[in-house]
Amino acid sequence: MAETATRVVLAKLGLDGHDRGLKVVARILRDAGMEVVYLGLRQSPEGVAGVVEQEDADVVGISMHNASHMTLAPMMVEALRELGLDTPVVIGGIIPDRDVDPLRDAGVAAVLGPGASAVEVVDTVRRAASDGGP
Amino acid sequence: MSARARTAPAPELLERARAGERGALARLITRVERGGDEAEEVAALARGAGEAHVVGVTGAPGSGKSTLTGRLVGLLLAAGRSPAVLAIDPTSPLTGGAILGDRVRMVGVADGAFVRSMATRGHQGGLAAAVPATLRLLDAVGHEPLIVETTGVGQVEVDIASAADTTVLVVAPGWGDAVQANKAGLLEVADVLVVNKADRPGARDARRDLELMLDLGHISGHEERAGGRPRVVMATSTTGEGLEEVTAAVEEHRRRIAADGRLAERRRRRRRLEVAGRVERLLEERAAEALDSEAGAAVLAAVEEDRLSPAEAARALLDEVGRSL
Repeated sequence: MAETATRVVLAKLGLDGHDRGLKVVARILRDAGMEVVYLGLRQSPEGVAGVVEQEDADVVGISMHNASHMTLAPMMVEALRELGLDTPVVIGGIIPDRDVDPLRDAGVAAVLGPGASAVEVVDTVRRAASDGGP
Repeated sequence: MSARARTAPAPELLERARAGERGALARLITRVERGGDEAEEVAALARGAGEAHVVGVTGAPGSGKSTLTGRLVGLLLAAGRSPAVLAIDPTSPLTGGAILGDRVRMVGVADGAFVRSMATRGHQGGLAAAVPATLRLLDAVGHEPLIVETTGVGQVEVDIASAADTTVLVVAPGWGDAVQANKAGLLEVADVLVVNKADRPGARDARRDLELMLDLGHISGHEERAGGRPRVVMATSTTGEGLEEVTAAVEEHRRRIAADGRLAERRRRRRRLEVAGRVERLLEERAAEALDSEAGAAVLAAVEEDRLSPAEAARALLDEVGRSL
C-alpha cells in the first residue's frame, strides 16, 4: 500500500517575530492532511534549504511580516538552487501587490497576501506541490 | 528535490547517499515511507548493515525529548561521530495530517547532523511503520549512532524498546509520584532514566521516586532479569547541563549489553518482531481484500441472516485468505 502525503517545511527568516500567522497556516495545512515540518522563528535561508533537503519536502512556505521579502525571498530561492533543489517556494504575509511580480521573477512559486482564505492557502500549496507553481 | 533525483533509480541514489549526498538519502527514506514495491527495492539494497548503535529517546509530551536529542547530537558531532536522528510525531487520525515539530528544538545545536521528521501514519505504539527499514538504510549509508525520538507517549507505548539497543526515558519534574513510578509499562523498559528540567522545583523528588522504583526492582528480581540497574541522570537540556553524563550512561549501557550477549539477543528479537509485524500487515491487507470479495460478501450475508456466527465467518474468511496466498 503506497502512502503519500504532501510534505511542507514552514519557517520565518531573519529578525521577524510575528509567527501567529505561520502557526495558523501550519494548522490549516495539517487539517488538510499534509505533513508540516515546523521550523518557526529566526531561520536562515541556508538552514531552511538544508532542512528541505533532509526532509525531502514538496513545498517550502516562508512567512514574512517585516518588509524584508524583496531581499530574503530571492535568497531563499537561491539557497535551494545551491543545493540542486527545485522545491517551490511560497511566500505569505504582508506583501504589497507591486512586489508580487518581481518576487515571481525571482523564482517564487506563489504569494499569499493578507486575507487569503484557508481554502486558498491549501489550494496554492497543493498546486505548488504538484507542478512547482500556480 | 531536483527533478532528476525524484526519478533516479534506487541503486544510484544509494551510491550517492553513501558518498554523503543528503538529498539522495532523503529521497530513499521517502520511498521507504511510501511502502510497496519502491520500499522493498530500497530494503533489498540496504542489506549488510546492523552495526550502528540504535538509541531510543522516549517520554511524555513536553518532557524535553527533542531538546535533549538535539544536545546529544551536538555532543556526538563534537566527538567526530556521524549521528542521524529519526524524529517521530503523531499523524492525525481524522485528517491524516501532522505537525512535525521536533527539529524546531534542535536548530543551532544539531546543525550538521542528518535529521528526518517522520509521521506515524496510523501506526500505534509511538513509532512509524517505516522506522526499522529507515534505520537499516541510515546504517547502510554510514550514520552512527542512530537516535530515534518517539512521539510523546503515555504508559504503554513501549515499541521503542524493541526498536532500539538502548532506551532513554525522559521525565520532567512533576510527572508523578512513587506509585506512578511503580506501575507497569514504559518505566520497565528504560535502560537510562533522565530527569530533565533538573533546574526546576521537584527534580530531586522525581529522582528519589525513580530510585525507589529501581530499589523495588532490585528486590523483586526484575533488575537481575533485565541485566542491571538503569542509571538515573539529572539534566537540563536547554543549557546542556548533565548531557555529558547522559551520553556516558548511554555508551556504558551499550558496552555492557555488547559484553554480556544481550545486544545480540535484542537484535534477534527485533528482527523477529519486524518480520512478525510485516506478516501482520500483509495478512491485514489480504483480509480486507477477502472481506471486499464476492466470497466475503457471501460470508457477511450469512452472518447477517444468522446462519454463521462472526467467529465461524472469520474462520471461513481466513481459509479464503489462505487460498489466495
